[in-house]
Amino acid sequence: MIEQNQQSASLQELRDIKRMMERGRRFMSLSGWRGVAAGVCGLIGAWIANGILNHYYVYGSWGTNGYFSKPEFHQLKFKLLVLAVIVFIAAFTLSFLFTWQKARKQHIPLWNMTSRKLFWNMIIPLGTGALFIIAMLRYNDWSYVAPASLVFYGLALVNASKYTFTDVKYLGYGQIILGLVNMLYIGKGLYFWAAGFGVLHIIYGAIMWWKYERN
Amino acid sequence: MKNPITGLNKIFESRIRLGVMSVLMVNEEVNFNDLKQMLEVTDGNLATHLVNLEENGFIKVHKGFKGKKTNTTYTITKTGEKAFTDHITALESMIKGVR
Repeated sequence: MIEQNQQSASLQELRDIKRMMERGRRFMSLSGWRGVAAGVCGLIGAWIANGILNHYYVYGSWGTNGYFSKPEFHQLKFKLLVLAVIVFIAAFTLSFLFTWQKARKQHIPLWNMTSRKLFWNMIIPLGTGALFIIAMLRYNDWSYVAPASLVFYGLALVNASKYTFTDVKYLGYGQIILGLVNMLYIGKGLYFWAAGFGVLHIIYGAIMWWKYERN
Repeated sequence: MKNPITGLNKIFESRIRLGVMSVLMVNEEVNFNDLKQMLEVTDGNLATHLVNLEENGFIKVHKGFKGKKTNTTYTITKTGEKAFTDHITALESMIKGVR
C-alpha cells in the first residue's frame, strides 16, 4: 500500500517536472483558431488580388508600343502593396487576439520568457525575408515575391517550432515545399500563395484545434 | 543529502527548488523575474530557495546590470545537472518498482 502510494507520488512528480520543463522551454498558448483566421485572411486577400489583376489585364489601356501604360502599372503595384499590408495587419491582429485569449485562459502572461524567444526566432528569418523581398522589388522584380515569401516564412516556422508546438514544423515544411515548387511555375505565384498562406493555414489550424483544444 | 532507500534528493522535496531546476535545465540562462513569472512565486520565497540551491552548488548566480537596474541571472552547474538527472532516474525506477 505504502509502495503504491509512493509509486503514484513519483509518477505525479515526474509529470510535474515534465510540465515545468515544457513550460520553461515552449510557448504553448498559440490557438488553432489563429491558423484558421490567418488562412481565411490569406484566401480573401488572394481572391481580391486576383480580381485586381484580372481587372488590370482586361480593362488596362494598351500603350502604342503594345505595353500597358506606366501610370496604370504603378497604380496596380500600389493597390497590391496596400492590399498586402491590410491582409498582414488583419491576420496579425486576429492571431494576436486568439493567442491573448488562450494565454489568459491558461493564466500565462503573453509576453514572457518563452514567447520572447519564440518572437525572436520567428522574426529573424521573417524580417530577413521581408527585407530581401523589398530589395527585389527595388529592381522591379516581381516574379519571385510569392516563392520567396513562402520559403522565408517556412524557414521562420521551422526555426520557431523549437519554442512552441512541434507541429508548427510541419506547417513550415509545407510552406517551404510550396515555395520551391513555385520556382518551377513562376507567374502562378498567386495560386501558390493562396495554397500556402490560405489553405495550409486553415488545415493546420483545424488540426491543432482538433488535437489540443477540442474539449 | 540523498535518501539512502529511495535515492531521491532531499533538496528537491521543495516544488519551487524542483521548478527552478526544471526551468534552468532547458534554458542556458534565466533571470530572477522570468523565474518568478514561470513559477508563480513571491520574491522572498524564490530568493530563499535560490540561496539554498546556490549553497548546494546546484546553480550559479551572475550579477550584472541592464542599464542602471541590476539584472541577476542564474545558470545550472554540472553538479546541479547531475543531481537533477539522478533524481529523475530515482523517480523512474520507483515507478518501475526497481530498487
